[in-house]
Amino acid sequence: MFVLGCGRSPKKALVICVAGSTSVQPYAEKLAEEYMRRHKEVRIDIQGGGSSAGVYAAKQGAADLGASSRELVETERDLLEIPIAYDGIAIIVNWRNSLENLSLPQIRLIYQGKITDWAELGLPPHPIHLITREEGSGTRNAFEELVMGKEAEITAAALVQDSNGAVREIVANDPYALGYISMGLVEPRVRAVAVDGVLPTRENVKNRNYKLVRRFLLVARELKPGPCQDFVNFILSPQGQGLLEAEGLVGVVD
Amino acid sequence: MRLDPRIFQVFVKAGLWLLTGFTLLILVFIIVTISIKGLPQVTPSFLLQEPHDMGRTGGIFSTIVATAYITLLAILLASPLGVGSAIYLTEYTREGWITRIIRFGAECLAGVPSIILGLFGFVLFVMKLGFGWSILSGGLSLAIMLLPIIIRTSEEAIKAVPPEYRLVCFSLGLSKWQTITRIVLPCALPGITTGIMLSVGRSLGETAVLLFTAGAALRTPVSLFDSGRTMAVHFYILAREGISMPNAYGTAAILMISILLINVVAYSLMQRLMKRYT
Amino acid sequence: MKKEAFIERVLLFLALSSISTLLLITVFIFLEGLPLMAHVGLKKFLLSSHWAPTKGHFGILAMIISSILVTLGAMVLGVPLGLACAIVLAEFSPEKVKTLLKPTLELLAGIPSVVYGFLGVVWLVPLIRDHLGGPGLSLLAGAIILGIMILPTIISISIDALSAVPDLYRDGSIALGATEWQTVRRVVLPAARSGIITAIILGMGRAVGETMAVIMVAGNALKIPHSILDPVRTLTSNIALELAYASGRHREALFATGIVLFVIIVILNLTATFITRRR
Repeated sequence: MFVLGCGRSPKKALVICVAGSTSVQPYAEKLAEEYMRRHKEVRIDIQGGGSSAGVYAAKQGAADLGASSRELVETERDLLEIPIAYDGIAIIVNWRNSLENLSLPQIRLIYQGKITDWAELGLPPHPIHLITREEGSGTRNAFEELVMGKEAEITAAALVQDSNGAVREIVANDPYALGYISMGLVEPRVRAVAVDGVLPTRENVKNRNYKLVRRFLLVARELKPGPCQDFVNFILSPQGQGLLEAEGLVGVVD
Repeated sequence: MRLDPRIFQVFVKAGLWLLTGFTLLILVFIIVTISIKGLPQVTPSFLLQEPHDMGRTGGIFSTIVATAYITLLAILLASPLGVGSAIYLTEYTREGWITRIIRFGAECLAGVPSIILGLFGFVLFVMKLGFGWSILSGGLSLAIMLLPIIIRTSEEAIKAVPPEYRLVCFSLGLSKWQTITRIVLPCALPGITTGIMLSVGRSLGETAVLLFTAGAALRTPVSLFDSGRTMAVHFYILAREGISMPNAYGTAAILMISILLINVVAYSLMQRLMKRYT
Repeated sequence: MKKEAFIERVLLFLALSSISTLLLITVFIFLEGLPLMAHVGLKKFLLSSHWAPTKGHFGILAMIISSILVTLGAMVLGVPLGLACAIVLAEFSPEKVKTLLKPTLELLAGIPSVVYGFLGVVWLVPLIRDHLGGPGLSLLAGAIILGIMILPTIISISIDALSAVPDLYRDGSIALGATEWQTVRRVVLPAARSGIITAIILGMGRAVGETMAVIMVAGNALKIPHSILDPVRTLTSNIALELAYASGRHREALFATGIVLFVIIVILNLTATFITRRR
């Protein structure tokens, strides 16, 4: 009865477990649905939990593939790293908020807690309701690396939510909120502001005009030939990459 | 000027009724909101289709299966263990400091925040033992959560059986075990069943433990080692991420109906058992 | 006779299994968490409000305070309303209302906490944000939602406690000329005191242990709150937010937080046992 990994039972060895980044999750689900349509004997389970959780699960063997939306750190470098797409981090405000542009230093000051009122940004006065992700979030780590830098820390007064979707929901319902989510999750109820004059669009991510870009990675201890390897190959194939591009990401394979 | 107590009483009663009305209003509001927004979603196709597009479309079939699977496993593990322990503790040991400590321990564990059990289950079952996110990990963790409840309710039910019954059995020459199976257990059955039903109800609503042990896979679990999301977990994810409000409400409505059904079944079962054995 | 001995052994085995399972968890939690408490120092762990586990700071003061405040808030809301309800339902209403309401209460007690949390996010949070200020996701929201969540528990158990008071007491009091309310206040309530206190303590335990609903409505900010409109993170929320990726010392810190919660629950239970024992 001895098993390693989620879903791998002695009888059905065709289960793949992907865990981690909530940014990658919806795309992984789409890829999984498409792959399972073509390979009916395979079952792919997608778990959330955040990038760090995914990397950890892959390291421990609890997941076959970890999904991360940030780069690996020193202690994780012994894992196999498979980039699958480029994604932008969008800074979002409520659709009723007329803010259109923020400079990178401004974003940093806001998240440090040094700019606390919308009046300081030229809007009607009201405290900014600042939202960030939990510490294990790849989006947060990528954000910290790209925006905050080594010295600045995100203020402890910021609201914390544990997934992209949750952040988006709050910003969508609160006219005074500000947060950051994966670019692909932006929808009409929230507006992505331009960063230093550049809007987060697929083209701007592709040509690197938009600065807040990070890679989506799949990580694993090893990639033995089998369903896992096939799935990864599918993701990196023109069909897989085409699917990701259709969803708003930028592919890694040119 | 001292107010006539009868007049004072009118004010007090009015105040209490007001508070009660307010409270009941809130509680009824909850049931009504879920019903109005959720019941329209409860169609056969909603119940029988699998979720698609992260739950945005499709139904909740896989979550129903996962819920049943995990709950069944947890109850199958916790009930024999719990009822057996209760029998041993009440029938085979004398009331002393040991039993009191055990009882206190069970009480404490019944009160432990479920997230701690989630942490425990995640570290032990999912990671250390390598079961991964699975029905097994979820069922085991849930069983641990239900065990104290079942022990406690079973114990109370068994203790409530009048000692005279046992004395009569012994004087008639029945052995201890015969006494237990023929008289004590049947008498205690309504209480024991209530305890188990209570546990089933708790399992349905449990999210903190299962999210971290059984995971959140969208597909229908088949083997014990498959991951699956229960209805409560599915609801949590749908609601929190704003994936689909109608589906979220629909799931909540089904959960509410399930709990209602369980309460009704438990109640009628209890009535029938009581009639049969008392 | 042999069958008897065998059965006794089986039952003993079951009992020991149960007890060892329950012990296993306690031991596991303590084994994982105590080293961290020793490493950081109990005082620093409990009294520092700097929680930055990935950088080696493990102070849970902000979360302890938040948990305490949220629970207190829930009690402030839940106990008076719950008791009022229980008194009205047990003492002043006809049997029919009681039989209708008991199952409704049980139904409400069974509704998952995440549903309460969700309704809180949809209805309560905007209300707080638009009319009182702050982001809406706040200590206040957490307290209110928790208060509502523990109402069914408090009401149910209090009704049981009140109903258990023999009618003899009531009749005696009325015969002496007291009004209904005087009877309730001076005779029934004191007689039901231990049951009601148990109800309150159980409600408190439930509030302390609640996780999902609180994560949804309380905001989860890591600061000590200055007003009830500030977002807060409770001990339980913290565990839930970080357990999936915590490893090494960080994970030990979460277990240590679990120890703190466990100790709180034990103290609450001891108090309840002590009070009911004194009858």
